[in-house]
Amino acid sequence: MATLQSTTTVTTRARPRAAISRDALLKWAPLLVLLVLCAIFTLMEPRFLSIRNFARILIAASPALMVAVGVTFIIIMGSIDLSMEGTVSVCAVAFAFCFLWLGGTLASWAWLAIPFAMLVGGLLGFVNGLIHVRLKIPSFMASLAMGFVGTGLAMVMTGGDRIRIEDELFRSLLTERILGFPLMVYVAGLFLLLGWFIQTRTTLGRNFYAVGGGEDLAVASGLNVARVRVLGYTLAGVFFAVGALLAVGRIGIAETATGNNFMFISITAVVVGGTALWGGIGGVWNTLVGVLIVFVIDNGMVVIGLPGYVQDGVLGILVILAVILSTDRKSISFVK
Amino acid sequence: MYQLNKVDKKFPGVHALKSVDFTIGRGEIVGLVGENGAGKSTLMKVIYGAYQPDGGTITIGGKTVRFQNPRQAMDHGIGMVFQEQSLITNLTVAENIFLGFEQQFVRWGVIDWKAMNAAARRQLAKVRLDIDPATVTSKLSFAQRQLVELAKVLTLEERIDGDLVILLDEPTSVLAREEVELLFRLVRELTSRASFIFVSHRMDEVLELSDRIYVMKDGAVVDVVAQDAAEVEAIQRKMVGRDIDKEYYREQKQKPYDPSKVLLSFDRVSLEGRYEDISFDLHAGEVLCLVGTEGAGREAILRTVFGLERPTSGRVSVKGAPYARTNAQEAVARGVGYVPRERKVEGIVNGMTVYENMTLSQMKKYSSGGILRIAEERALAEEWIRRLSIKTPDVHKDCGGLSGGNQQKVVLAKWRSGGSDIILLDHPTRGLDIGAKEDVYDMIREMSDAGAGIVLVADTLEEAIGLSHTILVLRDGVARKRFDMAPGDKPSLYDLVHHMI
Repeated sequence: MATLQSTTTVTTRARPRAAISRDALLKWAPLLVLLVLCAIFTLMEPRFLSIRNFARILIAASPALMVAVGVTFIIIMGSIDLSMEGTVSVCAVAFAFCFLWLGGTLASWAWLAIPFAMLVGGLLGFVNGLIHVRLKIPSFMASLAMGFVGTGLAMVMTGGDRIRIEDELFRSLLTERILGFPLMVYVAGLFLLLGWFIQTRTTLGRNFYAVGGGEDLAVASGLNVARVRVLGYTLAGVFFAVGALLAVGRIGIAETATGNNFMFISITAVVVGGTALWGGIGGVWNTLVGVLIVFVIDNGMVVIGLPGYVQDGVLGILVILAVILSTDRKSISFVK
Repeated sequence: MYQLNKVDKKFPGVHALKSVDFTIGRGEIVGLVGENGAGKSTLMKVIYGAYQPDGGTITIGGKTVRFQNPRQAMDHGIGMVFQEQSLITNLTVAENIFLGFEQQFVRWGVIDWKAMNAAARRQLAKVRLDIDPATVTSKLSFAQRQLVELAKVLTLEERIDGDLVILLDEPTSVLAREEVELLFRLVRELTSRASFIFVSHRMDEVLELSDRIYVMKDGAVVDVVAQDAAEVEAIQRKMVGRDIDKEYYREQKQKPYDPSKVLLSFDRVSLEGRYEDISFDLHAGEVLCLVGTEGAGREAILRTVFGLERPTSGRVSVKGAPYARTNAQEAVARGVGYVPRERKVEGIVNGMTVYENMTLSQMKKYSSGGILRIAEERALAEEWIRRLSIKTPDVHKDCGGLSGGNQQKVVLAKWRSGGSDIILLDHPTRGLDIGAKEDVYDMIREMSDAGAGIVLVADTLEEAIGLSHTILVLRDGVARKRFDMAPGDKPSLYDLVHHMI
């Protein structure tokens, strides 16, 4: 019988220090990536670094930021919500119908269409959450299905038509500028702050982290986890609706296709921003950085003249890198 | 043949194995007994290669070996039959037996199922199990699965040349009496093929089966007795034997409880398959300790009190009334606090700060309209950090970064600061160093002085005796004996062990 000699027993000493720098890296890596990207694009094309171009990036990013903030809460809980495309479409179309029906201008009672759309978003999220929690269907499946239902519903409502919103007051979201940035950027900023407030200052926000960090423990502390989950999906739905409103404000059209692409972009942004997919870690600021990374790449590629499909590839690589960085493989033995 | 020489194993804060010598000869059956935490499972893990010893040597037939993992140990003829059965229930019996060793049946890249099943049948014959190897494992009884495990380990016979050592970890815990006898007869027959190490908390079974018995206590082998010289009582005394230090468990601080105030009462409560017909009253200021071996029903009782299990019969009342809805929220609202055994899993949320962890169970008190009053949360945390001298740089520190003792203090602070007065402690000192343990004992005394009732599942029997006002000894889910523990007149360890096993 052969003698087996140990060679790997003394190599684990240096770990604590490595762990600290890894934490710091995790925390600041997304921002670093964003700054490096901006630097590279600026070097290649100085026009990238201008208020005008930044306004362009932020206009494109605002609706996606809202959707991403919504899904951030769900991911902090360790679940996932894939219903955003359907929800955004339904909210956009519902808003448009309601808006036109009530007079077609913000100066009239038609402003009520805004809270109405948010209500619709919240309701869809609520149903989504109920299906997930009450019927015990995995969140990715429940929400994906709800998303398809939403897209179908929007199609039924519009019959495939586009609905134009031409009210100047509403379109001032895009046309009215303060310090070079249109109103919608500020609206998105306000809702981002609201998201931050919910995340740090409310019991609901705290509960998201508790459920994501240790669901058994949340139960053993007497939290109503089912309620937290349903409220989380409802809140996400409201943020999806805000995203829908900004999307309509941006192009002046509500249609079934309004929701297209939000799923990939928002999930990518959340992950690239450093919010961990298994929950408990991250937050809305991470998501802001993530969304900016996605849209800076989007914009920068165009500015330096690279074709669009390269951009998708770059984003895909970034997602994988982000997940590799944020996964502590030592603590996870199986991945499904 | 197989030998451990002065094997040492240390974990942070715990000296799990202290210079253990262990030998097993060809065809021998060796018993291994000890209290929970005496080091039995660590020793077994060293033997089958899951742990690497820090000191000492392992020799097989005189040659020194070192295993990096269980697979290498298997290649040297050491197999393990696990207590929690390790068969994959959605695979067939044959697939389970040859899991990881399918290569021998592969022809041109595909598995020859006929050959595998035939080979599996030969293995099953060794353990006299007459079932179709193509049966899905989940269809078998527990006893049959146990035998399949054994058959799986016996495949080593064909794979390696040399002697086999097979570890049996509590193999009888899920078996009925006649199945146990069947297993024992089989094991005796199989000594022609292998040596066995038999671990069980059922003393009579160990005595019946083993040729020699190793008695462990506090990580050391305290005695080795041959079967013909073995006496249950003598072994039990060796397992526990040590005088209790009264000072250590704060016995002088033990004050009588208030018999007029019943906080929690169990009236002939049963939970099917876990415990039967349990009755007790927990009074204000009382420490009630549940004593028993692993699986005797202690944890299930705690979980019932906390609303995580619904009893199948009987009546649980908390402060005079039963639960309206059986869940943890209701229990927390009624003033029950639970400190679970696995701090990392159920005690604190990793990644949340000290103050966030402390207010987790009582956020309503620190919020208005769903908006948190964080300044008050911090003030609370600072107060309790001072009161319990929790070692943390500040209230914003991630709780996962604290030491075990300090995490435990945070968990206790969470419940005490929320006004919980029925505290359930499941192994509150497990894995803590001595200083931290003493802090926990002080806290237990303080809580009972303040009028809280405590249900304790202690880490050791000494701890149980030292801390409790009342002890309830459980065995296989049935209350065997109740002890009143007046300070200075406490029963000995031996009195307890006698009723446990």
